[in-house]
Amino acid sequence: MLETKLEIKNLSAWYSEHQVLKNVSIPIYKNKVTAIIGPSGCGKSTLIRCINRLHEIVPNAKVEGQVLLDGKNIYDIDVDPMEVRKKVGMVFQQPNPFPTMTIFDNVAVGLKLNGIKDKKVIEETVINAIKESGLYEEVKNKLYSYGTHLSGGQQQRLCIARTLALRPEVILFDEPCSALDPISTAKIEDLILELKKNHTIIIVTHNLQQAARVSEYTAFLYLGELIEFAPTEKIFTVPKDKRTEDYITGKFG
Amino acid sequence: MKRKIIDKIMQFLIYTSGVLVCFVLLIILGYIVLKGISSLSLDFFIRLPKPVGEVGGGMVNAIVGSFVLVLLSTLWSVPIGVLSGVYLAESSSSAKPSNFSSVLRFLLDVLSGVPSIVIGIFAYSLIVLPMKKFSAIAGSFALGIIMLPTITRTAEEMIKMVPRSIKEASLALGINYWKTMFFIILNTAKPGILTGILIAVARIFGETAPLLFTAFGNRFWHRSLFGPIAALPLQIFAYAISPYDDWHKQAWAGALVLILIVYMIIFISRKILLKYR
Amino acid sequence: MGNKNFADKLFFSVTKVAAFISFALIVLLFIMLIKESGLSFSKFGLRFFITKVWDPVVEQYGALSFIYGSVISSLLALLISVPISLGIALFLSEFASKKLKEFLSIIMSLLAGIPSVIYGLWGIFVLAPILRNYIEPFLQKIFGFLIFFQGEPYGLDMLAAGIILSIMITPTISSISKDVFESVPRNLREAGLALGATKWEMIKIAVLKTAKQGVIGAIILGLGRAIGETMAVTMVIGNVHEISLSLFHPSATLASVIANEFAEATTDLYVSALFKIGLTLFFVTVILNIFAKVLIYSTTKKYKV
Repeated sequence: MLETKLEIKNLSAWYSEHQVLKNVSIPIYKNKVTAIIGPSGCGKSTLIRCINRLHEIVPNAKVEGQVLLDGKNIYDIDVDPMEVRKKVGMVFQQPNPFPTMTIFDNVAVGLKLNGIKDKKVIEETVINAIKESGLYEEVKNKLYSYGTHLSGGQQQRLCIARTLALRPEVILFDEPCSALDPISTAKIEDLILELKKNHTIIIVTHNLQQAARVSEYTAFLYLGELIEFAPTEKIFTVPKDKRTEDYITGKFG
Repeated sequence: MKRKIIDKIMQFLIYTSGVLVCFVLLIILGYIVLKGISSLSLDFFIRLPKPVGEVGGGMVNAIVGSFVLVLLSTLWSVPIGVLSGVYLAESSSSAKPSNFSSVLRFLLDVLSGVPSIVIGIFAYSLIVLPMKKFSAIAGSFALGIIMLPTITRTAEEMIKMVPRSIKEASLALGINYWKTMFFIILNTAKPGILTGILIAVARIFGETAPLLFTAFGNRFWHRSLFGPIAALPLQIFAYAISPYDDWHKQAWAGALVLILIVYMIIFISRKILLKYR
Repeated sequence: MGNKNFADKLFFSVTKVAAFISFALIVLLFIMLIKESGLSFSKFGLRFFITKVWDPVVEQYGALSFIYGSVISSLLALLISVPISLGIALFLSEFASKKLKEFLSIIMSLLAGIPSVIYGLWGIFVLAPILRNYIEPFLQKIFGFLIFFQGEPYGLDMLAAGIILSIMITPTISSISKDVFESVPRNLREAGLALGATKWEMIKIAVLKTAKQGVIGAIILGLGRAIGETMAVTMVIGNVHEISLSLFHPSATLASVIANEFAEATTDLYVSALFKIGLTLFFVTVILNIFAKVLIYSTTKKYKV
């Protein structure tokens, strides 16, 4: 049975006067992978940055509409954005481990700064997160060296571990493989499939094969508008909208 | 033909000036090392100065005094400087930069060009006069002001150099805004800020002029931070202009020790910069 | 920065307070200098700057001889330092290999790192005897007909101050000039060489001409440093309140008179006169610095993409 974890309702977003999202509504189902596709500049990244309220840190950025997480609007006045971001983790386009911290600290810092003091708990959670991200075998002997010495793919999995340590319910991936080689990409994709057992996942990608490989649902955005949302195989085989068809057959973008 | 000759002459002169500056450094350092080593003894590091006319003694109080002064100045100047740097970096990234921050940036630029002797008499008027005595506090106040522009500017620039993605990664982990700034962004900027602090410390370690009427110097151990205190550069100055041969020797020994300390600090700052690049 | 909670607001208030303290200190510096020199202003006014009598016994203070000393010692320093600094800067930007550049930049930072008091010590015990025994008699023998080289060679005099200062400002002038030269676009140089110019002609036409403003800025910055320099000058200039055209004559500068006499200034007027000299130094160096930075900035930015 499909359970809705997140519901994006009539969401619009602006940078200063420039509107980048126009009245977008998408349901996000629990323990499924939802892909968001569309040509560059269509508002994909902005959309997921609205889901963890990261959009609003840009000066003059504005949001209207609702994002319901388990039925509660995260834009309600009594909601602390920090709490939202703990529940909704994010992995960025460029691997961005904290450069002056060790591998261990990169994963531990989120726990420490969110008030967890028990050393044992921290260590256990960190090791688990690194294991879950599939990095453990590669780094178990250098947990206390700098994360910046890892390869790009390893750095990205370190960033995933950093997010996992906080036990998020939803994980947002913002083109996580665009800076990686094919082998690292495959590893991340396998990891995403593994993670959806316990998490709800949204992935922004401009790689259509990737969307087809990892996602169950796909939303196609064009010029800030939601053109089509459907199960992934429907989008790729029988798109309803002409523009979706043009995009997936490579006619533009 | 004439053009070729002029070309050769000018190129020769350009090369010569490069060689000349190495030569000048060599004779200055050469003298300090030669004269310094021949005057240096264990006593220099463990004994107080002897009364006028007596041979021997050392500068242990001045060496300790210098470290005390530098430590005290760092203690107040680093927090103020780094936090001011945070403020400046923050305000330039916000939607509308304040006029106050442009004014402050300009004033800090002005301050960095003010001669250190002028800072010295300022500290005298503000601290020595009301307290009615020379003190380590007044000396550190003056030295701290000299450090302030360097520290603030490097802090601001290093914070601005931290990629946006680092800030976003931290916020996305649900880490508070202030914790993000303090534990993540400052942590990332730390090597650069540390280098700036060390460069400022290397400079104030050798400063003499601002201490003349503030720390004043002391031939004995300082009794408290609210009284006069000895400093290595002050002692070198006093001994250099004295008429006694033995004191001249001690001045050279002091110069050698001082320059080694200063170069050591510069060396460490370079190492830090290279390590994190 | 979006919605911040209480702790965030507190933290940013703290940074604001720190910034305000920095601001207040600088403003206070200015205010104290003006306040403390008030007495001297009311007594001597601007006449202070054009009279040369400096006599604590009769309470007459005029700064002209120190202004003269500062100006001449600094100009002398520029005269010696500028050609050499420009040579070094050109060597670094046009000739040196990467390794050599690295090496010279270390040499420069070592030279710049030597504390002023050590330059003074070296000046007293190494430079002054050489000047007194060899260089000054030699100069006198050849140029003795000029007023600049007349009188008894002391060694601790205007010439010594000029030489010490020239060494001290060389790292400043050369490193900034180097930056300015390096900001000249490569295609200007290539155009010069393509026209069949020799390397020096290319430097003269393409590099020096384009970088002129910035180089002047670097020189002015060096001048500002020379005027504000205290300890080394105080130790070698001889400290005599007289105006003499001879470079072999001891003299005093604005900075050196403060260093020498502040501690023994007993009367309020005496102290106030010294503060007024401090205020003068403040203004002169600040104006020179601002002017220099504007010039440097305008050249190095012009060619940035």
